[in-house]
Amino acid sequence: MYKIAKENLSALFQLIADDQELYLPVKTAGQTNYAAWTPEAEVDLDTLKTVKSAKDAFFPQSENLYTVKREGKKISVEPQALKEQNFVVFGMKACDVKGVEVLDRVFLVDPLDTFYAARREHGTIVALACHEPEETCFCKVFGVDAADPAADVATWIIGEDLYWKALTEKGEVLTEAVKELLTEAEEAPVEAEKEAIHKIVEKLPYMNLSLEGWNGDALEEKFNSSLWEELYKPCLACGTCTFVCPTCQCYDIKDYTAGETVSRYRCWDSCMYSDFTMMAHGNNRTSQMQRFRQRFMHKLVYYPANNDGMYSCVGCGRCVEKCPSALNIVKVIKAFQNQGGEK
Amino acid sequence: MQELVNRAKELLADGTVARVLGWKVGDLPYNPEPAYFENAESLADFVYNGFCGANLSKYMIEASKLEGKTLVFLKPCDTYSFNQLLKEHRVDREKAYIVGVGCKGKLDIEKIRTMGIKGIESIEGAELSDAAEELKIQTIYGEKTCAYKDAMLERCHVCKGKEHQVYDELIGESKETKDADRFAEIERIEAMSPEEKFAFFQNELSKCIRCNACRNVCPACSCRKCVFDSAKFDSEQKANADTFEEKMFHIIRAFHVAGRCTDCGECSRVCPQGIPLHLFNRKFIKDIDELYGEYQAGEDTESKAPLTNFTFDDAEPSIVGKRG
Amino acid sequence: MSIENKEFKPKIVAFCCNWCSYAGADLAGSSRLAYPADVKIIRVPCSCRVNPMFILRAFEKGADGVIMCGCHPGDCHYSTGNYYARRRMTLLFSMLDYIGVENGRTRVEWVSAAEGVKFSDTMNSFVEKIYSLGENVRLGDLRCKN
Repeated sequence: MYKIAKENLSALFQLIADDQELYLPVKTAGQTNYAAWTPEAEVDLDTLKTVKSAKDAFFPQSENLYTVKREGKKISVEPQALKEQNFVVFGMKACDVKGVEVLDRVFLVDPLDTFYAARREHGTIVALACHEPEETCFCKVFGVDAADPAADVATWIIGEDLYWKALTEKGEVLTEAVKELLTEAEEAPVEAEKEAIHKIVEKLPYMNLSLEGWNGDALEEKFNSSLWEELYKPCLACGTCTFVCPTCQCYDIKDYTAGETVSRYRCWDSCMYSDFTMMAHGNNRTSQMQRFRQRFMHKLVYYPANNDGMYSCVGCGRCVEKCPSALNIVKVIKAFQNQGGEK
Repeated sequence: MQELVNRAKELLADGTVARVLGWKVGDLPYNPEPAYFENAESLADFVYNGFCGANLSKYMIEASKLEGKTLVFLKPCDTYSFNQLLKEHRVDREKAYIVGVGCKGKLDIEKIRTMGIKGIESIEGAELSDAAEELKIQTIYGEKTCAYKDAMLERCHVCKGKEHQVYDELIGESKETKDADRFAEIERIEAMSPEEKFAFFQNELSKCIRCNACRNVCPACSCRKCVFDSAKFDSEQKANADTFEEKMFHIIRAFHVAGRCTDCGECSRVCPQGIPLHLFNRKFIKDIDELYGEYQAGEDTESKAPLTNFTFDDAEPSIVGKRG
Repeated sequence: MSIENKEFKPKIVAFCCNWCSYAGADLAGSSRLAYPADVKIIRVPCSCRVNPMFILRAFEKGADGVIMCGCHPGDCHYSTGNYYARRRMTLLFSMLDYIGVENGRTRVEWVSAAEGVKFSDTMNSFVEKIYSLGENVRLGDLRCKN
């Protein structure tokens, strides 16, 4: 266990950024999102939830896959280079770290997503425990411990210090690299902080949500429920929930034509959109009810069915905060609970 | 609020309306959702307080297709949107029973969060009947207070007024909340140098995640198929692969509603990244007012919209450079 | 090759209405009036056909200036098309100015079929303006630049 004074953090960031890229929560025009660190960047470690999750670091909203170029009669294809440079994501919360685990189970299984795999290989996650969790958080429901993030390095901000503990080999390497700025520290303050966080977590309204009845076997029962017809109605079919979500992993592949070049890129897609999974024959979900249902069925039924019961929601609560119509996964779970899963 | 529920029950009971479109109490103190109520029992969940910012006019497009009348609760500013939709034949007046509700300004939970208030357990003072000018917020980190005014949505500071433009009956009093000029911010930007303007918008728009919430919530954006959703055009780019994308999206979004936008402020309310999207719409409104005469969309259902109208001596486009 | 020693050759798009301005351009040509080859004309049925998206699209794909030409107000082949176009372009140009795009990059000019001279003069002066403004960097798609 090490520590560093908060006032020395910019020196720490500088040191990390000297030989690798560093992504961390940066405030731009009043909103905090993950962005590359620069000496001018306004680093914001106080905001609990960045608007977008840290998903972008491993699975960017938009990335090029390859470029086709035409010169005269010659056509050449240039594949996009994979990530080769090491980078650090600093300040990820426990829920976002768990979100990466969810993505791993999608992109790191056969067929391997090489773009994602390269980023995972070169990325080191420095997580930050949640000093003051908020009422929209429900990470505990999915087995996430806000006080003890399971990343390469876990950190805690306690008073004027940041406590630092390497948890993996990658974490050890990073710790070694910045050791000159760290000093040895006692475990005790961190234990006290963890306890304090756990106490807060117990008080939060969503933390004891029950997921009873939601599992990979509940497909027929949940899919055919008449509740969806009621629940979807306020949905505006925007993609806010899916784009701020740390686990939503659907993407679309599109071409951009720029005269002599065509770049094929992929970008996040949203199951809320009318053209989601559009195929030659048309669309397989034709109503907003079906699209709405898809999102929650995927998170709470389809994904667990394929991933040993693991849910693809991590309880970060971003959708709770950001939905224009105040809909969210918690309301859906509660609605089913209240109706006793009525068909 | 009870008055609204009672009236809704009466109208449901005597068969005047088949359903009620209102707001349903949320599971947190500040997140009521738009909802339909089909019977008296379900109205137990009805709520109307400072957090009911959602403009229900847009839902009336779908409700107009349903059997029977829908009772809809509209705030004064929502009625402009309804009128505009009426003018465009997107809603059916015969299918709507409009109860105009009072409003004393709607609250923005993001503003409350920005003040550093978190872990919210309950909020007092958000009811229409509360006389206090202050919100009392119980949080797990202690009791906090903030002025009602400081937590109000931007649009309420430039409120169009307490008058409902269209209604069948009115319930409740409204309060004057206007304390700013709606074009002040536009004028501030207009006065900037091109470099500053560009930097300002680049900074704001770089946050855009293309979630389309601004478009989908907009009562004026009622096309069945949006140009940005059609795979037949390469305008359908789902992500901001380049900074050009977000600029084009936001200019065109605002242009498509120019002269039809009632300035209801829903776009700015819903933006997850807090982009002041009304700055685009209001720029068009300001230009229209200055060049083609004062015009408030949704004030009536007959007048010709500025962009479907002209006069022989309209200003030439070169006026843009000359106005300084 | 560095950008500095690359000579700036502007790309300029001119939307011309079929009935007046395009014929005006024709007249300029047959009268042997010169205007720079940087101007690429796109013929449209009426100036009213020009959607604001056309203008933005042109900039996206690398245009440094966009000019729209139509019949003089009152002379529209379809009676009133250019009146509507005038309002639209005024608002659009004002918006572009508002977000910090140099307002010299856009222009509307009314050119009749008999005004070959006006057409060539207009294009000459517009191209000159674009040369003075230089490359369009504020409103373009980077992917179109390589």
